[in-house]
Amino acid sequence: MNKLEKWETVIGLEIHAQLSTKSKIFSGASTNYGADPNTQACAVDLGLPGVLPVINEEAIQMAIKFGLAINAKIPKTSVFARKNYFYPDLPKGYQISQFELPIVSNGHIEIETENKKNKTIRITRAHLEEDAGKSNHDEFIGFTGIDLNRAGNPLLEIVSEPDMSNAKEAISYLKKIHTLVCYLKICDGNMQEGSFRCDANVSIKLKKQKELGTRTEIKNLNSFKFIESAINYEIERQINVIESDKTVVQETRLYDSNKNETRSMRSKEEANDYRYFPDPDLLPILIADETKEAIKKSIPELPDVKCKRYQKELALSKYDSDNLTSNPDIADYFEETIKITNGNAKICANWIMGDLSASLNKKNIAIKNSPVSAKMLGDLINLIIDKTISGKIAKTVFEAMWNGEGNAISIIESKDLKQVTDSGKIEKIIDEIITENSSQVEQYKNSSDEKKQKLIGFFVGQIMKKSKGKANPKQVNELLKEKLDN
Amino acid sequence: MSLDKSEIQKIAWLARLAINEEDIANYCHELAEIVNMMEQMNSVDTTDIAPLAHPLEVFSRLRTDDVTETNQRENFQSNTSEKKDGYYLVPKVIE
Repeated sequence: MNKLEKWETVIGLEIHAQLSTKSKIFSGASTNYGADPNTQACAVDLGLPGVLPVINEEAIQMAIKFGLAINAKIPKTSVFARKNYFYPDLPKGYQISQFELPIVSNGHIEIETENKKNKTIRITRAHLEEDAGKSNHDEFIGFTGIDLNRAGNPLLEIVSEPDMSNAKEAISYLKKIHTLVCYLKICDGNMQEGSFRCDANVSIKLKKQKELGTRTEIKNLNSFKFIESAINYEIERQINVIESDKTVVQETRLYDSNKNETRSMRSKEEANDYRYFPDPDLLPILIADETKEAIKKSIPELPDVKCKRYQKELALSKYDSDNLTSNPDIADYFEETIKITNGNAKICANWIMGDLSASLNKKNIAIKNSPVSAKMLGDLINLIIDKTISGKIAKTVFEAMWNGEGNAISIIESKDLKQVTDSGKIEKIIDEIITENSSQVEQYKNSSDEKKQKLIGFFVGQIMKKSKGKANPKQVNELLKEKLDN
Repeated sequence: MSLDKSEIQKIAWLARLAINEEDIANYCHELAEIVNMMEQMNSVDTTDIAPLAHPLEVFSRLRTDDVTETNQRENFQSNTSEKKDGYYLVPKVIE
């Protein structure tokens, strides 16, 4: 028996999503990424004596928005608590977080498993907290440098139930949450900058066993690829530990992407003892029904709904719909092009997922910064639809637009790319080709149907070449056959 | 309810307090009194009473999301002994 078949994996995830507020959760300092060290750390963020935190309303609203989008319970009042521990990047000696009465509890989302089945993942809670600063261990001999710009950035910690059974499901869940927070515009989702990060709790148990095994927590996961490798490594490691008659230790492990392994973080002298208690500096917050209602109204069409609508109303495949709704910016771009092309969804989808995506990926550009805007692409598609240019020429025009040579119409004019649909002109070219290739014409007349098809291809190629790709291919085919067969 | 020496040492360690060995007995005694008072409160039946998060029964006012702070790094760092390139320096935390 394959050893993986004997064991069952249980995975729960904690996601930290940085909320896209302008200022910090408890102070008026900026949250801009990449500023010089400590230039965005004010007295509150530094934990200087005598300062008091004041809650950022926007952070509260964003958390509620998330809760409503996952059908969670939003309590009438929510409370902030102190989580006490000492670390140099946490100047107060406690992190303001939530313990009892988190702002979001008991939600759920649907994911798609490897064999295309739907599975519900329960979300235990999502609570607000402040981020810590950053430690720089590498640049100073004998010292650690502390940058507190990140201290106080608003985080939403999203805690799932241990409902995932393999690394693929964990990734599917993560991507679902990632897409969701991007749609809700509450997080920029940037994993490189740490705006969206994740810790994974992994344990294994025998299939027939009821109770859960001892779990380990893997930290330092900042890309989908690493998360998947780290979980798979950890499953393998735990199986090996148990099968060699040792026991899995409950501990935090760090993932090292260079070596593709997890390793134990030096266990602290004692188990963490955070001694949570309600923060006396902060009064409970009141969430009025009207506030909830107003936020509910501001929730845009969510990816699952959008994906189903694309299939139903626009007759797109599941594959196309999944792709186009995977990111709200792509969906917005797509919807703008359909508007411009009066609902020609399929051709818009093909261009966006084809030439546009390829060009964007090659240069690593986000769709919202695309040099070819939705308007420009929509106009180009219209020119294909009304037969001003062929699909093939359109690729040339697209490339020129990508290189900043102007919009479709001006490029077509300046490069003289307009499709020739005047049958007189096309016939003239066909006649020339027929005259120039009399031996092939003879061959054609004495050939089997199969061979004829090949020769047609040859003639069409010649004609297109002579017309510089501008002759309408459909007309060329029709007129050519007429001439050859008569 | 009484507290033993190891509990006192643990509490002191959690708070990063250095305490003198000879004071521990006294701490045991004093802290036990506080704990006993809490035990007494624990004996009250609170089944139907909602926990109170704050003694003032009012709710927090919220701040609009505006950046109101400017860069005061120079001022703040004038209080610090070890700094470099804008960082606060602390003894190395990992090897």
